[in-house]
Amino acid sequence: MVNLKINDIPVAVEPGSTVLEAAQSVGMNVPTLCHHKDLCVAGNCRVCLVEVKNNRTLQASCAIPVYEGMEVLTNTLNVRNARKMVIELLLSEHRSDCTKCYKNGNCELQDLANEYRIEDRSLLDLSVDKTLDRSSPSIEKDDSKCIRCQRCVRTCTELQKVSALTVAHKGEHMKIETFMDLPLYDVVCTNCGQCVNRCPTGALVERNYIEEVWEAIDDPTKHVVVQTAPAVRVALGEELGFDPGTRVTGKMVTSLRRMGFSSVLDTDFTADLTIMEEGTELLTRLKKALVDKEDVALPMFTSCSPGWVKFIEHEYSDLTNHLSTCKSPQQMFGVLAKTYYAQKRNLDPKDIVSVSIMPCTAKKFEAERPEMKDSGFQDVDYVLTTRELARMIKQAGDNFASLPDSDYDSILGVSTGAGVIFGATGGVMEAALRTAYEIVTGREVPFENLNILPVRGMEGVKEATIKIEGCVDAWNFLEGAELKVAIAHGLRNADQLMKQLAAGTSPYHFIEIMACPGGCLGGGGQPIPTDMETRLKRTAAIYEEDENMKIRKSHENPEVAQIYEEFLEAPLGHKSHDLLHTHYTKRKKN
Amino acid sequence: MVMDREEKVKKLNDHKEKVNQIFQDIDYCDILQKAVKMSSEEIIEEVTNSGLRGRGGAGFPTGLKWKFAAEQDSDVKYVICNADEGEPGTFKDRRILEEQAEKVFSGMAICARAIGAKEGFIYLRGEYNYLKQDLFNRIEAFHICLKKRGIDFKIELRSGSGAYVCGEETSLIESMEGKRGEPRNKPPYPITNGYLGQPTVVNNVETLVYTAMIVHRGHEEFKALGTKDSRGAKVFSVSGDADVEGIYELELGMAINEFVDLFGDGDTKAVQVGGSSGYCVPRKKFAETVIGFEGIPTGGSMMLFNSSRSMYHVLHNYLEFFCEESCGQCTPCRVGCQQLLHGIEAIKKGEKPATYLDELRKLAETMRIASKCGLGQSVPNPFLSIVENFREEIIF
Ligand SMILES: Cc1cc2nc3c(=O)[nH]c(=O)nc-3n(C[C@H](O)[C@H](O)[C@H](O)COP(=O)(O)O)c2cc1C
Ligand code: SF4
Repeated sequence: MVNLKINDIPVAVEPGSTVLEAAQSVGMNVPTLCHHKDLCVAGNCRVCLVEVKNNRTLQASCAIPVYEGMEVLTNTLNVRNARKMVIELLLSEHRSDCTKCYKNGNCELQDLANEYRIEDRSLLDLSVDKTLDRSSPSIEKDDSKCIRCQRCVRTCTELQKVSALTVAHKGEHMKIETFMDLPLYDVVCTNCGQCVNRCPTGALVERNYIEEVWEAIDDPTKHVVVQTAPAVRVALGEELGFDPGTRVTGKMVTSLRRMGFSSVLDTDFTADLTIMEEGTELLTRLKKALVDKEDVALPMFTSCSPGWVKFIEHEYSDLTNHLSTCKSPQQMFGVLAKTYYAQKRNLDPKDIVSVSIMPCTAKKFEAERPEMKDSGFQDVDYVLTTRELARMIKQAGDNFASLPDSDYDSILGVSTGAGVIFGATGGVMEAALRTAYEIVTGREVPFENLNILPVRGMEGVKEATIKIEGCVDAWNFLEGAELKVAIAHGLRNADQLMKQLAAGTSPYHFIEIMACPGGCLGGGGQPIPTDMETRLKRTAAIYEEDENMKIRKSHENPEVAQIYEEFLEAPLGHKSHDLLHTHYTKRKKN
Repeated sequence: MVMDREEKVKKLNDHKEKVNQIFQDIDYCDILQKAVKMSSEEIIEEVTNSGLRGRGGAGFPTGLKWKFAAEQDSDVKYVICNADEGEPGTFKDRRILEEQAEKVFSGMAICARAIGAKEGFIYLRGEYNYLKQDLFNRIEAFHICLKKRGIDFKIELRSGSGAYVCGEETSLIESMEGKRGEPRNKPPYPITNGYLGQPTVVNNVETLVYTAMIVHRGHEEFKALGTKDSRGAKVFSVSGDADVEGIYELELGMAINEFVDLFGDGDTKAVQVGGSSGYCVPRKKFAETVIGFEGIPTGGSMMLFNSSRSMYHVLHNYLEFFCEESCGQCTPCRVGCQQLLHGIEAIKKGEKPATYLDELRKLAETMRIASKCGLGQSVPNPFLSIVENFREEIIF
């Protein structure tokens, strides 16, 4: 341990810790802006300055390592004045029209401005109106709000290895740009929104469709259905006064119903359906490879994460044949809402407005993909993030905390624990294994209480091997086989598995990939801040939700059985093929 | 004392006789001959005893830098010669490389021997690309000489691409690594985590030549010149309203008035010591101000201004330079430079009251302690020294 003194208080921390970490370890707060727990140190905003004895200059506490005998002062006049000046400087180049800003009330710069009381500032206003980039259906970029902390750049390069955002130019012209300053829509951006989640100001925000949804709800000629993704229910509470990791499923359903949605349904249902389709697809590919000796693409990759899908379309477009052809649960839901559900409810699909609540910004892009119109209409009309939903709940005037719980509507509303865990990294894999193993052997997966622990957790790349024994007749060819699976979350980790595959050394049959760290629960549309601590708490909540479900295997979902019987016939059947499966696009690498 | 040009040249020749180290032609093989017989400790001791401090601007004791680097436990270490020479008004490194490149190489080889490095780089200012071919040929010849003496060391040339900040040692290293030339957080310093994360010594062109001379001739000769805090001589780039301009090696510790007598046009009202990031010395302080670490240190740039010059324009010009050349990553420097520039413009135009200058001074004081690297930290040098000494010229 290293011993130092902060404001005369003795502190002992691990070697290699920063002064900021040391201060936080004893409950002292130092303001920060460019710092983010998920990212490497930048030390460029200079808000976290502190005095270190025997130093001529102030030091950025996020960047400076502790040493034995160090003496730090975090709250001297000198320090406060410097921080105040830094905040003033940032405000002077920032277009500070807070009441017109989407991030008003959830802006780290605004918080600091409040904390440091800079009403009497006198510096010149250097802000300029820059053109808003609204080319992407997911993300809006407003350079006039940018404070150049580079969190987005570090997110995009370090965490996601996408590098759609980079630092360009120097001095007064330094700014965050895409390749050649092209519109976001025209570059490799995957729309994952991890940058949006980390932007301290309003420079990067989701494209919001709140007003459009209110309008649809208010339109008496429209039947507005809403689906909610699994990861939303374990995070929404954070925006509404609950601690991270609180499950608010029942309150959310009540609130949506009170807002006036005609039907409140669950993406978890189509998650179960995805398992039926994708599990069957995997088994079929295995059969083709092992029995028919056909040349099929293995390993098969999951395709539920639209950020991941766009990533592979750009970066490894030769490998898209490995992607499962299954649409994501959101899109399966969308197409079924305007076909099967419309039929059951005697509705004209043109009158249905389909809204989805997602932890994700890439889902907005996915809904607008031209191929997502198999119902004859745009299958999903509006995608809102968890954050947008929270805002609507506030606008609706409900006291969320006091709302009673209620259940989802039917049909397309019944789900299982397997559907819920889609929200966590490893969840799709676990759900698929629970079903596929049982199809093949007639027995439950050999894990205590169905919990397949090796595929869970926050390790960047996880792998597991499952030995298949005691097959039922139809799947005899798999007897004794070892099914090798891998799971990656965060595109940097995904890239690692793709490199391995491109090099011909991938040992796997099935790979689950989620674009966002932690899976959907760490999605770009989730409450801000999202970091490892919140991700872990949301993960625990997801598995709690699973454990509390009566049914925990997708193939046991009664509505899934019903829809195959009444409408789809069989997994990978003709109708499924038309409605639930898709194809991919080769994209350029810029 | 007013001298005519002839007298000045004569005086300068006297100086040259006394201090001539940098531009003296010496067979570099002789230097190496001596160096190979010395151990790492002996070299470091010699350099340390000379009192040599870095000539790139920051003035860090060179012997100490080498000693720290030598102590690092690593098989791979690097020597980098900083030939980025971006400070406005400095052009001495170019001349040294043109005329005495082998002495620079020798300094690098000696440093390498001292710290245990096998590879060295010359980071050459982008605008000096015309020197590249010549340097390349001379490096080839130098390599042959090294080989003959069994010295395992090689030098590679790297080109900068025109950013002033890339002269700062950590952004120089970032740039060499193929990244954007932005200063790193320090610590860690290059001596522990430099190029590719390995212990690295970065020295200025001139510093390296002096180390070669010190090893060649012993530290006593070097130490005999200069003052207690500023040992030795140094190469100056003299420009502006000067009677005699160009590159001169002079003893450190000279008072500005003596300097002005030697170079000025008889009407000097201010001397900018150390280029745009240095200090402006007004006439009334010429006598009391010494050029050196105890007074005003300089990387070599000496700009003279006579009474026809507007100090507002001088300052404006420096601030424009900094607005452009700040890397832009840290707030105090990126935004601070723009505020200072537009601030003095606003005062000049009467859009802000004269008292606003005091706000700007506060801002400058903050930039000095809050900026991430030496660039932002030294913008206040010209700003405060000009504003404090020429307040009326800025306001009216
Ligand atoms: C903005 C900035 C620009 C610099 N430019 C140069 C340069 O052009 N040449 C140089 O030798 N040192 C330059 N330096 C100083 C280097 O960072 C470093 O201190 C020096 O190269 C060390 O060599 P020395 O100890 O031999 O002086 C610069 C520093 C800063 C902050
Ligand atoms: S002080 Fe200026 S040049 Fe140095 S890191 Fe900050 S912005 Fe870049």
